[in-house]
Amino acid sequence: MIDNIIQSETASTLTSEELQLINLELSHVPQKSGAAIDALKIVQAKRGWVSDECLIAIAKLLEMSAEELEGIATFYNLIFRRPVGDKVILFCDSVSCWLCGCENQKHKLSEILKIDYGETTKDNQFTLLPVPCLGACDKAPVMMVGDDLFTNLNSSKLEQIIAYYRKEGEK
Amino acid sequence: MTEKVLTKNISKVNDTTPIDKYEASEGYLGLRKALKSMAPAECLSEVKNSKLRGRGGAGFPTGTKWSFVPKNEDCLPGHKYLICNADEMEPGTFKDRLLMEQDPHQLIEGMILSAYTIGADVAYIFIRGEYRLAIQRLNEAIKECYNSGYLGRNILGSAFSLEMYVHPSAGRYICGEETALINALEGKRANPRAKPPFPQVSGLWGRPTIVNNVETLCNIPHIIHKGAEWFKTLGVGEDSGTKLFGVSGRVKNPGCWELPMGTPIRQILENYADGMQTGLNFKGLLPGGGSTDFLIESHLDLPMDYNVIGAAGSRMGTGTMIVLDDQSCPVGMVLNLIRFFAQESCGFCTPCRDGLPWTRQVLEDLENGKGSEEDLETLAYQVKYIGTPGNTHCALAPGAMEPLQSAMKYFYEDFKDHVTLGRCPYEIDGVH
Repeated sequence: MIDNIIQSETASTLTSEELQLINLELSHVPQKSGAAIDALKIVQAKRGWVSDECLIAIAKLLEMSAEELEGIATFYNLIFRRPVGDKVILFCDSVSCWLCGCENQKHKLSEILKIDYGETTKDNQFTLLPVPCLGACDKAPVMMVGDDLFTNLNSSKLEQIIAYYRKEGEK
Repeated sequence: MTEKVLTKNISKVNDTTPIDKYEASEGYLGLRKALKSMAPAECLSEVKNSKLRGRGGAGFPTGTKWSFVPKNEDCLPGHKYLICNADEMEPGTFKDRLLMEQDPHQLIEGMILSAYTIGADVAYIFIRGEYRLAIQRLNEAIKECYNSGYLGRNILGSAFSLEMYVHPSAGRYICGEETALINALEGKRANPRAKPPFPQVSGLWGRPTIVNNVETLCNIPHIIHKGAEWFKTLGVGEDSGTKLFGVSGRVKNPGCWELPMGTPIRQILENYADGMQTGLNFKGLLPGGGSTDFLIESHLDLPMDYNVIGAAGSRMGTGTMIVLDDQSCPVGMVLNLIRFFAQESCGFCTPCRDGLPWTRQVLEDLENGKGSEEDLETLAYQVKYIGTPGNTHCALAPGAMEPLQSAMKYFYEDFKDHVTLGRCPYEIDGVH
């Protein structure tokens, strides 16, 4: 009964598809809060980020305080509590990439996109974030754009990659 | 030519190995053998006898770890869990990605066998979220396994059942620490837990849990199929088996190769990585990821064995080396690492939460030409205070101090030059 009330309250914020996926996660954890990270990821998958409204709705659903869920959401690198662009660029700044000159490539990329770490381009297409070692150190420097990994970065390669995604975005 | 065991299905072309191809290269024979003719206790003694040591970095004997899991009659009824630690985030480490992307069934067979041995009925692959291709290929492979009767109820007609899930991480270096990983799987912040109780007794949801690294688990099918004695013959030094060794940094041919345990460092650097890039000389290396101590020229003839590298004052860690050349600044390199560790601290223990950003600040000052003699003393103090195990809950902070303390030992002149010159000596016209 209480479950039904909570579900109907949160239904206006979360889509029925999101609720369905979260309920599926709930079916194989011994306590509701156990699905916290999965629920955040489910909501982020379609929306790109987790808004305050969504966070409160998830917390209600999982019978947690919003503060507790916020503590979890802000702990993890890949949960975004601010809006991000269509493509999140994860730029590796760890040691092997550093040795192979990633700082210069980062400057070049910032120049092309006209943004720094933590910022989103005006057209809302790209967000640039640093990321710890992407595990492709033999092909340093590396970065990810969305789901795609790019290796052995240099200036002209960066130009080409961004041009490609800009064209894709126009479609 | 070295016998290829873990990488026999892996090529330069980044293809996956589908189930039929995996089966055609002796795949799932180990599992068939175990389920038909070996009790879990026999599997355990085979793994113990193989002297396999954990490939995630700590090098703990795998069979010994497994033997701490209580038998069914010694614990309350309920689940037991096997977790594959695929959260490869140690800076400079790129070996597990290869194993998962190109031969997912080898890992899955290793997990099924390990679960059978310890009596687990649920298995998770805790993988970093950025490994999109590996996640996709593992999920496909798991589906193939359910369809072929290798996973699910009554595997291959036996009494053994196992469910397997891929769990992509939401990202954080500390998730690689096994108790932090367990907290992350429970949906919490990934703060490490106090030990004891050890996860083998009370882990995921308070139940017996084993956490093993990807490469460790990939060895299991071969040990069960071909036996511990065969496995021991693979190493050329005191440790058994083969190992994925990697080299990154400014060498001619950076990469990852499967070689016998105990292969000398020089051989890996010169015969496989083809030496330094033109115009650069070797200065030092971190033998197994960002949290291991530097080794220098005089160590290059040492074999890559856990105890030998340990006796030289470092750790074999993940076996993926990061090479420092003579035109890159050692202070800058250590600063890059400390920045990473300061950022990735979970914030639970004071020396780590506050001490690492302090250390980072001192190194930044040095690198920017604002350092003093006193700063060098501060660094020496930090190394002692933050680096002593027991001052913090887990090994993140002591690990962070390893490259710093060894850099100060071997490259002290470089640190001093930053103070006396009032700038980074590796800077050319103000540019690094």
